[in-house]
Amino acid sequence: MKKFEFIEHTSDIGLMAYGKTLAEAFANAAGGMFSIIAELDSVGEAESRRVEVCADDIEGLLFEWLNSLLYYFDVETLLFSRFDITEFEDTRLVAVCHGEKYDSSRHRLKTGVKSATYHMLEVDRENNQVRVIFDI
Amino acid sequence: MPKWEGKLEKVDEFRWRIPKDYKKGMRVPGLIYADEGMIRQVIDDQAPEQVANVAFLPGIVGSSLAMPDIHWGYGFAIGGVAAMRVSDGVVSPGGVGFDINCGVRIMRTNLTREEVTPKIKELIDALFYAVPSGLGSKGKIKLRSGEIDEVLIKGSRWAVERGYGRPEDLETTEESGEIKGTDPQRVSGRAKERGIPQLGTLGSGNHFLEVAVVDEIYEPEAAEVMGMNRVGQVMLYVHCGSRGLGHQVADDYIKEMVRAMPKYGIEVPDRQLACVPVDSPEGKNYLGAMRCAANYAWANRQCITHWVREAFCRVMGMSESDAGLQLIYDVTHNIAKIEDHEVGGKKEKLCVHRKGATRAFPAGHPDIPQKYLKIGQPILIPGDMGRASYVLVGTEQAMKETFGSTCHGAGRLRSRSAMKKQLSGRDVLAALEARGITIRAGSMSGLAEEAPEAYKDVGDVVRVAHGAGISKKVARTRPIAVVKG
Repeated sequence: MKKFEFIEHTSDIGLMAYGKTLAEAFANAAGGMFSIIAELDSVGEAESRRVEVCADDIEGLLFEWLNSLLYYFDVETLLFSRFDITEFEDTRLVAVCHGEKYDSSRHRLKTGVKSATYHMLEVDRENNQVRVIFDI
Repeated sequence: MPKWEGKLEKVDEFRWRIPKDYKKGMRVPGLIYADEGMIRQVIDDQAPEQVANVAFLPGIVGSSLAMPDIHWGYGFAIGGVAAMRVSDGVVSPGGVGFDINCGVRIMRTNLTREEVTPKIKELIDALFYAVPSGLGSKGKIKLRSGEIDEVLIKGSRWAVERGYGRPEDLETTEESGEIKGTDPQRVSGRAKERGIPQLGTLGSGNHFLEVAVVDEIYEPEAAEVMGMNRVGQVMLYVHCGSRGLGHQVADDYIKEMVRAMPKYGIEVPDRQLACVPVDSPEGKNYLGAMRCAANYAWANRQCITHWVREAFCRVMGMSESDAGLQLIYDVTHNIAKIEDHEVGGKKEKLCVHRKGATRAFPAGHPDIPQKYLKIGQPILIPGDMGRASYVLVGTEQAMKETFGSTCHGAGRLRSRSAMKKQLSGRDVLAALEARGITIRAGSMSGLAEEAPEAYKDVGDVVRVAHGAGISKKVARTRPIAVVKG
């Protein structure tokens, strides 16, 4: 099963992410986002962070989840490659995110992501898939 | 994305209207600046739908405007201008964008192409090392604890006081690089944490440093006032924004506004248009925080300017004054500002959102530098890496029609993934080198995404802005070397 795929957008990049559960689709959306930022094959799992986010609804939760992870990249230059979502509700999720600090000698960065946006953001509960457009 | 098939009426050679009755809920019509050729590109994606959606927002006056570099964004189209009454209208963080006060500045020099070209490789390397750029780069400025708040309040002035640049740089920066009405307490801890290590960095994406050469002057008098004296003269551009700090401020307030909208009975066709009354507590908090991010961006460009000057003088072996490195002007193209404009013959306070649009105030306007009072505010329109950039001035027509606004750049035409499928970064590098343009880039794939072919021809964009009278062409420059973030 495909974890995610990119969708065309003139100035930015869109992403569809899939899962057997909605939590898995959220995790795959995060993986998709970091695959825009860096070549993830070379990113190990030396570091992990527990990330907890809350929002008023499920769409807000997706927005908040992805943008929280960008914060870690900006502040700690952490690249995440694997996401274990341990608790998942409509308005709250807890995840343990595994990755590594960016090291220019081993990692290849690709494209900067400024933010996830609400534009065309969609959470499809029936099919366990989500759509998000990033500001690049 | 499907072609847009909405209602569009041709007004004249440069103007297209989306009538108010196209969608129920539009409060004003949409107005797109484009010629016959460009409008076909514009309706190729959903940008016009975004222009129509912005017309839903409470308190919007005139039209929901789209400049000729319009392209599909998120929420607002890029190249969008929307003015809302302060009395009963809204402010929308989506109408500013995530990169608050992304903007561009241009410096003049006394040097000619012939003098700089022999050292161009050395120069571009020096610029590349002087200015941290690219994804994951960290700045070299160490802030004292709490000093970030000073950056947010004073903007460029903070930088000049710290020794980055000269006091006269402030006179030729929009808002003097220090927009008033800031409220650093409204900037979250997360935003500050993101901003502190990134101060004095260029970032990635379409941000750049450019060494350019004047290749045509259309208005010699205005050009002379700006210190653009002759064809062949070397100019330096800096294009960047507010980095992670601005992105976090936008995130924080979009969230807050989504939450607050029901309280004010506001409904929007796209959540990314989330907005609240300008005069509400949430609206004031956003404007206070947004202005902080704007000042951060001005401080950022000011620090970078200083390093660009140092590197340039070192490589050319001359002093700053011999090199004649004066800042011509600095404009922001992602911002919301409270301005006075005439609406229906009456002066009105408006919140003007410019998202990928530049202020274009005319000669005699009190908000432009003394130096430019007779010619109008300089406007900087960077094009892609391979073609050209333009310097324009603001006009009365812009005041009448577009709330003193015009275009901001070339405007994207093709998606990033489409470009990467077509070209590799190495192809782009080779093609540019063959045209005599030296490139230093942080990322090769980033280079492919930013290839000249990804953009509209900035010459077409400027022709429409000039033809419609919302700004006037002064000069054109061509790149000879570019540092891409």
